[in-house]
Amino acid sequence: MEYILIIIGAVFVNNIVLSYFLGICPYIGVSSKLTTSVGMAGAVTFVMVLATVVTYLIYTFILVPFQVTYLQTISYILVISSLVQMVEIMLKKVSPALYQALGIFLPLITTNCAVLGVAILTVQREFNLLEGIVYAIANSIGFALAIILFAGIREHLDLMDIPKGMRGAPAALVVAGIMALAFMGFAGLV
Amino acid sequence: MSQIKNFTRGFIKENPVFVLLLGLCPALGVTTSAFNGLGMGLATTFVLLSSNIVVSVIKDLIPNKVRIPSFIVIIASFVTIVQLVMEAFLPELFDALGLFIPLIVVNCLVLGRAEAFASKKNTLSSIADGLGMGLGFAFALTLLGAVRELLGQGAVFGLSLIQADGMLVFVLPPGAFIGLGYLIALTNILKKSLKTE
Repeated sequence: MEYILIIIGAVFVNNIVLSYFLGICPYIGVSSKLTTSVGMAGAVTFVMVLATVVTYLIYTFILVPFQVTYLQTISYILVISSLVQMVEIMLKKVSPALYQALGIFLPLITTNCAVLGVAILTVQREFNLLEGIVYAIANSIGFALAIILFAGIREHLDLMDIPKGMRGAPAALVVAGIMALAFMGFAGLV
Repeated sequence: MSQIKNFTRGFIKENPVFVLLLGLCPALGVTTSAFNGLGMGLATTFVLLSSNIVVSVIKDLIPNKVRIPSFIVIIASFVTIVQLVMEAFLPELFDALGLFIPLIVVNCLVLGRAEAFASKKNTLSSIADGLGMGLGFAFALTLLGAVRELLGQGAVFGLSLIQADGMLVFVLPPGAFIGLGYLIALTNILKKSLKTE
């Protein structure tokens, strides 16, 4: 039951993009086509779950016992960036097809604040490892839902007659605002 | 002369938020009031300026292959400094900014300037660039914060300007997207009219 609440909370009520404002760069940057946004969502899911597990283990078994929790930011970002590199190298060898699909998005993920954000939030909320994994999966579903819906809307937006100054990013941001407004309807669900 | 150009570029012409669309997460996340926006902007300015200086000083010592990880470690160290200092001296602001303080590490603006500017130019230019870009970022966040605070609560920097209830939506997440969208549109129009003059 507890896990279901975590999932609903992270996907709908406190959506990572639309209410926490994490991962805005890819949300605006790679959402102009539906196919690329699906690829990005896949890559984020993969890295986010892995990164949450690894950073959780590092926090509990290295940072806390040695009382160096102030190194959290430095150690997390190092782990995430090397993890991304490793995943890229392994994927290239093990599954070239998946690498073809996700390849170009992987380096971008190092500077995706959603990954680091979820890793830090997992510690802040004092989740255990299993809850942390569920939370990471739920957040990546939330990210995927937001970016794929948004890409679908943006493909239609290209065909609209929009005033010159509003074309591109401004119109996209206003649409994102309306989406966030719609997601606020889920408030109070959990 | 070129230093002045490096400095002023960040405000309108290459404003990180309104034109380059970098660092949008904190720009949207913390700008519920003008004060929070300014605090976040100045914290980022400090990190950007410090990392630009260090990177430009030691750029010849770093092997090309490991430059990005080295930049990240330099940036993360300064972020940790900001985090600890702010927690000690400005606990209220620290609570308001919350998660977005450690997330300065992954602000594309900071790493972007280290890679694109500081690793190629001399220290003086890097200082001018870091200050200009950082203050441009702070300016954008303060402006967005002020707009949201004014529309949402009828106040700017806590000073009540309009005696009305305000539109709650501008304090809530959707208002951040909509407010930033219109500010970018205004910048586009402003840039166009500057060009035609």
